[in-house]
Amino acid sequence: MKRIFKAVVMGVSSGGLEALKTLVPVLRPDFGVPVLIVQHLSAQADSYLSTRLDEVSALLVKEAEDKEILQAGVVYVAPPDYHLLVEVDGSLTLSVDPKVNFSRPSVDVLFETASDAFADKLVGVILTGANQDGARGLARIKRRGGLAIVQSPDSAQADAMPRAALESTSVDHVLPLHEIAPFLNKLIGSSHDNTH
Amino acid sequence: MNVHPETERIELSLLLEAVHLKYGYDFRNYSMAHLKRRIEHRLSLSGFASISMLQHAVLHDEAMFRIFLQDLSINVSEMFRDPSFYKALRDEILPMLGTYPSFKIWHAGCSAGQEVYSMAILLHEAGMRDRGQIYATDFNRAILKQAQEAAFPLAQLKDYTAKYQQAGGENSFADYYTANNKRALLRPFLKERIFFSEHNLVTDGVFGEMHLVVCRNVLIYFDRELQDRVVGLFVDSLCPGGFLCLGSKESLKFSRHADKFEPVREKEKIFRKRRDA
Ligand SMILES: C[S@@+](CC[C@H](N)C(=O)[O-])C[C@H]1O[C@@H](n2cnc3c(N)ncnc32)[C@H](O)[C@@H]1O
Repeated sequence: MKRIFKAVVMGVSSGGLEALKTLVPVLRPDFGVPVLIVQHLSAQADSYLSTRLDEVSALLVKEAEDKEILQAGVVYVAPPDYHLLVEVDGSLTLSVDPKVNFSRPSVDVLFETASDAFADKLVGVILTGANQDGARGLARIKRRGGLAIVQSPDSAQADAMPRAALESTSVDHVLPLHEIAPFLNKLIGSSHDNTH
Repeated sequence: MNVHPETERIELSLLLEAVHLKYGYDFRNYSMAHLKRRIEHRLSLSGFASISMLQHAVLHDEAMFRIFLQDLSINVSEMFRDPSFYKALRDEILPMLGTYPSFKIWHAGCSAGQEVYSMAILLHEAGMRDRGQIYATDFNRAILKQAQEAAFPLAQLKDYTAKYQQAGGENSFADYYTANNKRALLRPFLKERIFFSEHNLVTDGVFGEMHLVVCRNVLIYFDRELQDRVVGLFVDSLCPGGFLCLGSKESLKFSRHADKFEPVREKEKIFRKRRDA
């Protein structure tokens, strides 16, 4: 039987804009669940990333807003200088808590709270990056029965983040960057397949 | 330890109930995702195996409760955080405020006063200082005490100075403080006409008619229902045409009170209470 998922979370750091520009536009226009992304950026960054990604994607890509409710087929990007958290009721919270792993937003914060909200119905994806953020979060996703995907270190512009993730837990799929979106398209299916 | 998620949710809500009943602090409508993270942090620091054990400690030991309160009060702040906001205050809002013979400003959730003293500097530079009262409140007693000292780590002053300039500041920022050891002490005149007091936005009411309410990066910690209640408190506090300033990622978009305000500077999250509200 096909596994049902409720959300995909992604964490990415250095090399992120390029990686996301490769991945997000390939997601099918009727992608069946919400996608949440933490990309490390400087605190002064504006919403360039979500604007740029939105221009090249079929899906709506937007900056995540406090208390908005997740919708299938929408890509939410954490705003610079705020952590992004998922509530159990499927709404979003932003916070200015201290940095985690020297980062705000932090991938661990997104992954851990999303894991609490969606348990085994969550897919976690770690992409290129030069630090360790996301490793703990991905381990929690696995402990709660979710699915873990990591970009193959040799296809990553910076391989520290994928390597740290691979060491932290038993990852289900290690894929080169250009195979990740096609894989997710098949795994998740359309919003129509996902009505339950 | 692997606790069942549902069990953990029950433990969390029992803890919040216990804290409310025993100490009167009501966290039941805070963001649960946020609370859970902070509580997990406390469990690992103090070596509690479960939230129930933390609950026991908090109920029987007031010192533990104070630590817990500190854990839940995120005091992260900066002077002139979001310089474009302060620039808008300086260029557009203060001139309008200046048309009142006297005015009152309320900083709700003022943390260690970074925001309050930034405002004091703006008012000083606009020559409006002696006409305005500033009320600065927070529910965290310890941080209010710190705020009254008006001292900040010297290491942060470089960042504050840069932001002051980005916000349109033209004086030498160094004239506003004296360096002492590793601390920057703000000049005493900046503390004039500022009243610090303990006020909990969840449980306390209106305490005066305000012309400007600044509440930045506090509402994001609340759930929607509590956000509505607290914005309601601001509606009741503001005079007709009074200003409300929120954090740069906060909005009234999902608020029950959205129609009582009109945007003045949308991007800077500055609103004005409608005269007919
Ligand atoms: C993240 S800080 C924001 C500080 C400042 N306004 C800024 O934006 O830089 C949040 C502040 O809200 C305070 N706070 C949290 N809950 C509160 C409540 N129920 N009543 C009053 N203050 C509260 C905290 O103690 C903390 O100082």
